[in-house]
Amino acid sequence: MLYIKCPHCGMRSQNEFSYGGDASIKRPELGKETSNKEWDDFVYNRKSPRGKHWELWQHLSGCRQWIKVERDTATHEIFNTLKANEDIST
Amino acid sequence: MQKYSIFSLVKNAFSNHEKWDLAWKDPSPKKEYDVIIIGGGGHGLATAYYLAKEHNITNVAIIEKGWIGGGNVGRNTTIIRSNYMHDDNALFSEFGMNLWRRMSQDLNYNVMFSPRGIINLAHSDAQMNTYARRGNSMRLNGIDAVLLNREQVKEIIPMADFSDNVRFPIFGGLMQPSAGTARHDAVAWGYARQADSMGVDIIQNCEVIGFDVSAGKVKGIRTSRGDIKAKKIGLCVAGSTNILAEKLNMTLPIETHLLQACVSEPVKPVLDKVVTFGAGHFYISQSDKGEMVMGGDLDGYNSYAQRGNLPTLQHVLTEGIAMMPFLSKLKMLRTWGGIMDMSMDGSPIIDKTHIEGLYLNCGWCYGGFKATPASGWTFAHTIAQDRVHELNAGYSLNRFSTGYLLDEKGLGTKTWIS
Repeated sequence: MLYIKCPHCGMRSQNEFSYGGDASIKRPELGKETSNKEWDDFVYNRKSPRGKHWELWQHLSGCRQWIKVERDTATHEIFNTLKANEDIST
Repeated sequence: MQKYSIFSLVKNAFSNHEKWDLAWKDPSPKKEYDVIIIGGGGHGLATAYYLAKEHNITNVAIIEKGWIGGGNVGRNTTIIRSNYMHDDNALFSEFGMNLWRRMSQDLNYNVMFSPRGIINLAHSDAQMNTYARRGNSMRLNGIDAVLLNREQVKEIIPMADFSDNVRFPIFGGLMQPSAGTARHDAVAWGYARQADSMGVDIIQNCEVIGFDVSAGKVKGIRTSRGDIKAKKIGLCVAGSTNILAEKLNMTLPIETHLLQACVSEPVKPVLDKVVTFGAGHFYISQSDKGEMVMGGDLDGYNSYAQRGNLPTLQHVLTEGIAMMPFLSKLKMLRTWGGIMDMSMDGSPIIDKTHIEGLYLNCGWCYGGFKATPASGWTFAHTIAQDRVHELNAGYSLNRFSTGYLLDEKGLGTKTWIS
């Protein structure tokens, strides 16, 4: 069982959350010329690293907010959580 | 190589079974091979076997980080089937079914193939219609499929819940009578023994650290036991594909996720089919030892842990008890987890890559075990001939960028819910 610290609600069990995948993926900018390669990378290609991974979770059975979680994919240790609009690099 | 038979068994009984040959050797890596297969699981071992048998390429090494058969070929629920709707999946899997049917003879190794049949349960009229369509598609591709109504299902699996007041009543089901199970470890060992006897070097405890690539061509690999040269290298490392892809500066349409399975205490024979729940994700069969073998959903987030979490197990077994209430009386014997390559359309990839001499076999999602022989056969062809076979043409790497997805379930790119 994971325990995730929701930035809005505090520490909650994994049962309250649903997963949303890699949080580092950025949608190609609107209104700009976008190559097929960029779309391919955005839609399909994932690094899926072994180790630290920034990912989206939704606190579905809580505040229903999307959040960002930095988790180790091998040990499940959680290092950091952010609100959805906070930048990963901060 | 010593042939396994009743006569060799009797002969060796006189020497207390102490004089059997080793099933495969433990060689040190040579400096160079014609082909290197990375990954000593079912698919890697099968690939090496078919390279030697079908293409006379025997100067082959299998490089395995741990021990052979220690990954997903030793961690699955042993289900073999070809009940697919799309042609690419159906023809590939049915080709595999034919290899399964004669595998014990081919390998001189009893893989305990048991074509006991699989039933996918339907819980609504709409699902019955979908199954009728899938069954028809299967039959058009020469695969046996039988649409069962509620009474027919009840006759075959009376222990399922046929009461009226259940949340997901059983309307009927789709059965593939020729599907079944096999002894998973025996598949790995059988392929290993035959490949070894034809000259393949099985090198265990040897981790790939990097690749030697220059001018768009692969030249060899760097391993924990030294550098090894080869002009052709095949990757068969489901679960760790992303780790090796990173060393090749490749980003693939794959995420690594964890799938759990479990077995109950052994009980007397009660279930002689493989059965899947249609209103969720749960599958069950009974092993020859009597254990109920069960599995279901992924844990639901990227994972390399090779061990599962309890909420998912609870969820999966809740579905199981909804389908077959007697399961609630059984004690759990073991649970375990394996890491899957979850591809973005739920179908695998067997293809060449943009690097000359580098071949990719990955993305097996839930269905790696049953594909073992067909995967090995087509991957060996792809490596030996340097072109894909028509059976694996649909499993191309570029189908994502070109839009020719093979989305059997129509679930899109959220690998963790597929």
